[in-house]
Amino acid sequence: MDGGVGLLNYGIFLATLIGIYGIVTLGLNVQWGYTGMFNLGIGAFFAVGAYITAIATSDPSPSHLGGFGLPTVAGVILAMIGTGLLGLAICLVTITLRTDYLAIATIGIAEIVRLGLKNEGWLTAGVRGIAGIPRPVEGLVPGFDALTYLGVVLAALLLVYLAIERLYRAPWGRVLRAIRENELAAQAAGKNVVQFRIEAFVIGSMAMGLGGALYAHFVTFISPEAFRSEFATFLVWVMLIAGGSGNNRGAVVGAVLIWVIWSGTELITGRLPEDWVTRAGALRVLMIGVLLQVILLTRRQGVLPERPPRPIDE
Amino acid sequence: MITIDQVSRHFGGIRAVDDCSFNIQAGSITGLIGPNGAGKTTLFGMLAGFIKPTAGRILLDGRNVAGFAPHRLFHLGLVRTFQIPHEFAEMTTLENLMVVPPRQAGERVGQAWVRWGRVRDQERAVRARAEEVLAFLNLTAVRDERAGRLSGGQKKLLELGRTMMTDARVVLLDEPGAGVNRTLLAEITRAIQALNVKRGYTFCIIEHDMDMIAELCHPVVVMAQGRVLASGSMTEIRKDPRVVEAYLGGMIDPEPASGGAAS
Repeated sequence: MDGGVGLLNYGIFLATLIGIYGIVTLGLNVQWGYTGMFNLGIGAFFAVGAYITAIATSDPSPSHLGGFGLPTVAGVILAMIGTGLLGLAICLVTITLRTDYLAIATIGIAEIVRLGLKNEGWLTAGVRGIAGIPRPVEGLVPGFDALTYLGVVLAALLLVYLAIERLYRAPWGRVLRAIRENELAAQAAGKNVVQFRIEAFVIGSMAMGLGGALYAHFVTFISPEAFRSEFATFLVWVMLIAGGSGNNRGAVVGAVLIWVIWSGTELITGRLPEDWVTRAGALRVLMIGVLLQVILLTRRQGVLPERPPRPIDE
Repeated sequence: MITIDQVSRHFGGIRAVDDCSFNIQAGSITGLIGPNGAGKTTLFGMLAGFIKPTAGRILLDGRNVAGFAPHRLFHLGLVRTFQIPHEFAEMTTLENLMVVPPRQAGERVGQAWVRWGRVRDQERAVRARAEEVLAFLNLTAVRDERAGRLSGGQKKLLELGRTMMTDARVVLLDEPGAGVNRTLLAEITRAIQALNVKRGYTFCIIEHDMDMIAELCHPVVVMAQGRVLASGSMTEIRKDPRVVEAYLGGMIDPEPASGGAAS
């Protein structure tokens, strides 16, 4: 019986993280899948979202800025605004450069954020991290806190999916695909390419910030250690590519698939002989890397490839 | 309608366009000819906002628009096509056209989220217009084909089609007839004439096919080495010794026996 409950709890834990990663992957799909904007700083947006809501909603503490004890909803909204502004700032800085430089700029931002979280103790409590982040639905249904929170995450995932899928099917998404296909022709078709790019990047950043915020309220304790880039950036990229870049359903499927496999590798590496255990982390990344190679060789466009959207007016 | 006033563009030491001046009259089909490297496409790039002039003014209805971004010029009614077709390869032929109309409600994030009904109504109108253009260009059969799979000639037609999806006033066509068979060429020529007469588009056309230029264009402007060499009717141009030397001389017999088509 205990084993059954344990397994169920593990399932809820797994599903919650999948929901959170699903939101982040949808965000990357807007940036990369729709628009072809390369973001290698996903971890940074995720972390900034988590820290903003942590500082906004936790109780006052001498070890970091705030906390301000705001309601969770306010914290999550602030996290989305904050990451949106961060995305906007990166776009404005790189706007005069070629798009490839955006990728480099995002790596730089990710590194700045990582070092900032570690070293700006007054703001983030440094390596000690921020504890006591409230869980919003605690006690709403007594005894089912984890399940209720899973409901919150899945509702957020559904909302993000619907919002982003609608944009994809709307003329907005069509313009972004056009920009991705041929920037010059998009300009000749009278589109303000820069503006559309910024919109896509900011919306994607906000989804990543939302994911980070939901993560913070889920784990209730965050520290710089939790935002190492192989977790966020690398995994989210694999999720999108495996699931199907440019396809929102594919992004969610990819999140499910990769997170289950990623968690599965933990079980495998847990059973390795002792002298291998120290290398377990690297081995897991290696396994995901091999998996990505296999996907790219056999299903180049992912599990659910991009398809032209159904007409919206029929 | 458009006045090009002492416009220059230098790339390093190369004077691609050098102190170039001429007018494009409203309602005209102005031909722009000249040997390869004469600066025609660079000039087009500047007219459409893709290249910033090093010096000079470009007046559109008396207003200096030199250095404006392409999308601003598009909204002022100035549209260009490309020498090598620039289609959206992974999008369908229909989508290639539907993307063009400016100020679609559904291009705004907020409108797409909260005013879906309006977005949908507009989409219906945009689709109807795109279907009309496809029919006009005989492209209905490839409506749902990915544009990257179209033939070279069909892509040329699609380039032209893009200019028909907006209320353009001036259309700059960069070699609409290049690499196109005679039948299709006649079709494109017919389309240009129809748009000029029925919709009142002003055209400026870069083209190497002298038959096409002779049939469509008046006046014809000749460029060589970044400068305007001559302008006038095709008959006048053909007689101009400088033109014959710089351009036609290299391609045809300097004194064609019967003044026939040069090609």
